[in-house]
Amino acid sequence: MIGQIVRYIQSYLHSDLTPGAAGNMFWALVYIMLVFVGLSVAVIAMNWLERKILAHMQVRLGPMRVGPHGLLQPIADAIKLLLKEDIMPAEADGLIFWVAPFVVVLAAFTVFVVVPFGPTHAITDMNIGILFMLGVSSLSVLGIVMAGWASNSHYPLIGALRSSAQMVSYEVAMGLAVVSAILMTSLNADGTGTLSMIGIVQAQQAQHEWFIFKFFPLGLLAFFIFAVAMVAETNRAPFDLAEAESELTAGFHTEYSGFRWSLFFLAEYSAMIAVSSIAVTLWLGGWLRPFPNLLSNSTWDRVFSLFPGITFLFFAAICFYNTARMPKHPLFRIQTVGLAGFGIVLGLIGLILFIPEVSIRVQDIFWFAAKVAGFMYMYIWYRGTFPRYRFDQLMQMGWKVLLPMGLGVLVLTASVALLQEKLWHP
Amino acid sequence: MAPVATPFFFYLLSGIMLIGGILVITRKNPVHSALALIVTLLAQASIYLMLYAPFVAGVQIILYAGGIMVLFLFVIMLVSIDRSVKERQFNSQWIVGMIAATALGGLFIAVFMKGKNIFPEHALPVIENDNTQKVATMLYGQYMFAFEIASLLLLVAIIGAVVMAKKRI
Repeated sequence: MIGQIVRYIQSYLHSDLTPGAAGNMFWALVYIMLVFVGLSVAVIAMNWLERKILAHMQVRLGPMRVGPHGLLQPIADAIKLLLKEDIMPAEADGLIFWVAPFVVVLAAFTVFVVVPFGPTHAITDMNIGILFMLGVSSLSVLGIVMAGWASNSHYPLIGALRSSAQMVSYEVAMGLAVVSAILMTSLNADGTGTLSMIGIVQAQQAQHEWFIFKFFPLGLLAFFIFAVAMVAETNRAPFDLAEAESELTAGFHTEYSGFRWSLFFLAEYSAMIAVSSIAVTLWLGGWLRPFPNLLSNSTWDRVFSLFPGITFLFFAAICFYNTARMPKHPLFRIQTVGLAGFGIVLGLIGLILFIPEVSIRVQDIFWFAAKVAGFMYMYIWYRGTFPRYRFDQLMQMGWKVLLPMGLGVLVLTASVALLQEKLWHP
Repeated sequence: MAPVATPFFFYLLSGIMLIGGILVITRKNPVHSALALIVTLLAQASIYLMLYAPFVAGVQIILYAGGIMVLFLFVIMLVSIDRSVKERQFNSQWIVGMIAATALGGLFIAVFMKGKNIFPEHALPVIENDNTQKVATMLYGQYMFAFEIASLLLLVAIIGAVVMAKKRI
């Protein structure tokens, strides 16, 4: 019996499929847990980074009190949120008010079922991957409208209506940009494209080109449309009209507090990560390392496989540098020791990543995460730089700029692809 | 890969669908009805998934998420919920409803009892792995004309909406 279970667990180890596609329940569960934990850690890290980076952009210090450089601030916040009183307005629609945050969180987390962190590092690979991601993430707007309506209050309702109008209008441009990328996957010998997330990255690998550079500037334009639409889709600055604090207090989640509010927060950040991973998968080559063809011999493979370890060692070095700069007052002793310990942990992870067997297995994940992290930094940067759009400007941008542009890019991509097929490969 | 399309899932999903459908017509609050409708449609999408038609399932989720969204907005903007909760449902055509339900039920029973010849003898080959590609070749090859007619219909609807909404064109 136990032997059977062990064999079942081991049977996946030599497979080159995702656990879902291989039908291995155990490893699928392991991957689900890993993705869930990784996402939660990423959201916590994002919370700290956003406050810190925004603060530095505005020449402030940001959180400094809880832990060295405010590193433990997200944990303190989480404890505060969990201990806060959970208020439900007396006139609210109980059931819907209760369900709404869960709908948003479910929609935001479910999409990660198909996100390809590597050729085998995904929970499963679906024939309809990208369609599934777009569909499920568009369910989250339902949760937002439910929250806004059920609160039975003016600001949340206006915020929810704005959010729904915004999402419905930007989804069109977004869909057109996605279609033009999917069209590029069909430029192979047998002329069939794919919607599967892993298939899309493999198509870029086979065509020796990231789709952002394909048919320059068409791929770049499609990417640009998506990059604008995805900010609007996740209700982030400069398109954060649904939660414009100067007009609507906090928008659709004004009446929420404590744990439920933190669910909205969690969903917002994991939705940001989800749309960034769509952009990375469709245009930036997913898990592929930079220059996979130009610098393609085994020496360069070796060099690029050192990057994950070097990154972690770099973080560790920052920790040690700041440990040395810590004030020498006895009150700071615990913080100093803690920061040094954190640095040691990061350094050890970095050293483990230098083992060739490990680095070969995880470098796909590293490159994917690095690209997504770039997008997350852009989100913070936008928030620090751009003023908020007015609602009519937002609609004008969506319907009069992005939509025609998306249509044009789609038609041109199709024509160029057809021409290429007719002229160069008759 | 072991099939997931077990009878258990079928009964579960159809149960959810039936309950959702009943809630849609019995809830007095139209917002609750709209939410019950989306539950029904999502369960239906899962049934498509069970029938190895992932593309149809994905399209169902995308379209109806947006569709229900708009319905939701109509409900919020056009229906006075306080009044409609107290109001008696006015369209109570018992006789017509009974006749229609009996006819449909009779049809179902007839198919269930002696419909064996209608269905193919063996299960059809599953084409899950390139389902989307198959749908595309069908839609843009064999059924191109019907597809274009359908899109023309939608175009007419769009133009109609613009003409009705705009005062001066």
